[in-house]
Amino acid sequence: MANSAIIFPELVNGITLGAIYALISLGYTMVYGVLLMINFAHSEIVMAGAFFGLFLLSFFLKFTFFQNNLLLLLTSVFLLSMCVSGILGAAIERLAYRPLRKTNRLMPLISAIGVSLFLQNLFMLTLSPEAKPYPSVFPAVNFQLGAVTINSIQIFIIIISILFMVALEYFVNRTKLGVAIKATSSDIETAKLMGINTNSIISLVFFIGAALGGVAGILVGMYYGSIKYNMGFTYGIKAFTAAVLGGIGNIPGAMLGGFMLGILESLGAAYISSAYKDVFAFIILILVLIFKPTGLLGERAQDKC
Amino acid sequence: MLKKAKLLEIFFIVIIALAAYLLHLKQEFYLVHILSLAGIYVLLALGLNMVIGYTGLLDLGFIAFYAIGAYSAALLSSKGFSFWAILPISILITCAFRFLLGKPLMRLRGDYLAIVTLGFGEITRLILNNWDALTNGPKGLPRVGETIRPITLFSFHLNSEISYFYLILFFVAASIFAIRRIERSKIGRAFVAIREDEIAAEAMGINTSYIKLLSFTISAVFAALAGVIYAHWIGFVSPESFSFWESVFLVCMVVLGGMGNILGIIFGVILLVGLPEFLRITLGGEFVLYRMLLFGLLMVIMTILRPQGIIPEKRRALELKD
Repeated sequence: MANSAIIFPELVNGITLGAIYALISLGYTMVYGVLLMINFAHSEIVMAGAFFGLFLLSFFLKFTFFQNNLLLLLTSVFLLSMCVSGILGAAIERLAYRPLRKTNRLMPLISAIGVSLFLQNLFMLTLSPEAKPYPSVFPAVNFQLGAVTINSIQIFIIIISILFMVALEYFVNRTKLGVAIKATSSDIETAKLMGINTNSIISLVFFIGAALGGVAGILVGMYYGSIKYNMGFTYGIKAFTAAVLGGIGNIPGAMLGGFMLGILESLGAAYISSAYKDVFAFIILILVLIFKPTGLLGERAQDKC
Repeated sequence: MLKKAKLLEIFFIVIIALAAYLLHLKQEFYLVHILSLAGIYVLLALGLNMVIGYTGLLDLGFIAFYAIGAYSAALLSSKGFSFWAILPISILITCAFRFLLGKPLMRLRGDYLAIVTLGFGEITRLILNNWDALTNGPKGLPRVGETIRPITLFSFHLNSEISYFYLILFFVAASIFAIRRIERSKIGRAFVAIREDEIAAEAMGINTSYIKLLSFTISAVFAALAGVIYAHWIGFVSPESFSFWESVFLVCMVVLGGMGNILGIIFGVILLVGLPEFLRITLGGEFVLYRMLLFGLLMVIMTILRPQGIIPEKRRALELKD
């Protein structure tokens, strides 16, 4: 049963998916860290990011200059779409969540569901209810590393994700702004007293989370070759599971949770049942929340209300 | 005051019943169908309101229990059970699932609970979609060659739209009556106390996890009721009727109409089910496309400008003022 012919391709697929989940889950975990709210609309930012990336790619591919210069093409597409998704994320916070900050905890969640419904339908109505093909910028080359076969897109996704995660770790731990984020996350009132403009920090957190979510959207498009207006939901809920698995509010935890979920899911699909692939994530989510709500790396004690 | 409100409610029900009969006479069967559909949603929204509105637990997977009710009814009916036998059995099955899910969840905080119920809703839909042996997968129930038996009442067969409408109206009225009783009972007051302040409620001697579980389980009665009637009325169930967005749609009705207030919820259902149909008739099919877009926007605007809903519960309106 357990032969290497299945396990290695599934493992590689799992790590690739895990990298994408990890990138998305950072947005959930950072927002939860500062505001203790589940940003339900994050999944739609992933979708929107994928579409922004699609526009930019199709636009830039019209120029021969970019066609010949792959690195420049990818850098500009990623940076620009990160900016746009980041602004979208920060704008959602400003318009739909900030006015609700002082109310009952359920209100921001309901508002977030509204945003999610709105964005999904906006993209469906203005663009297309059908799946859109994603242009392939890479020649798909298979590499053989011992018994493991890995293709160029998988390598690209894993490298890009790890790059962004390392950059985020550096930013959060080594820069002044990053430390301000950590301070806001551990105690927003005290952070305010220390002279941190917590409103700007919250906007920044939403910007960063959404920018990373946008990158993940593009990576999904590149990996599967097509995107759709309702693609966000599945990735969103899985990335949220990853964030919870790693300990919500904890950045390294989200990365760990992402990779673990990706691998578990791929192996589960290969060895148990592919029809129930999506069920695994939900079962893991429920089990973690019931038995270990702080997750693997979470240290924050659950508050009572 | 109370008497007057009750009379007004009975008056409304009679008016609606007469209006439906008038539509039936004018052969507007589609409109009667929409009224019945609204009735099913009122049942669901009443159940969901018990969890969200009274007890303050956000449930994003309520539709799963509607699905369990509908599927159990379809399965039992093809085995030869009658509607009146299925009704209690399905309610029992659905409540059992609800209880088993709720038992370990009641320790979880509000937003975590919302996500777990969402997860359970999706698991249910995926199982219905994939467990061919039991649920016939995406093709739905009943299978070819089987039928859902029609409802009979004293040798009278319910087969027209209007007869189903009256059946649904009866159950809606009975549910409202039952919920009014619960609302004014010790348990109902405990629900609201938990919503207002769980710690204070516990200090007052309320066994909060037990009361929360009770609210969670009782709400499933209405979901099962709606599911059983739906399966018999439409005569067909398939997994696609029970998607996550249906749950969201229900939450919208409760939140927009006014959490905790029965009249508000009915208004919410009319707004979200009735209005689109009315606008479709007057403005043409185009509008239906923009429906969900509009609802999403409305949800955001309402939570910001009028979090208590269009017709709020008195206590909640006071609470949000200060």
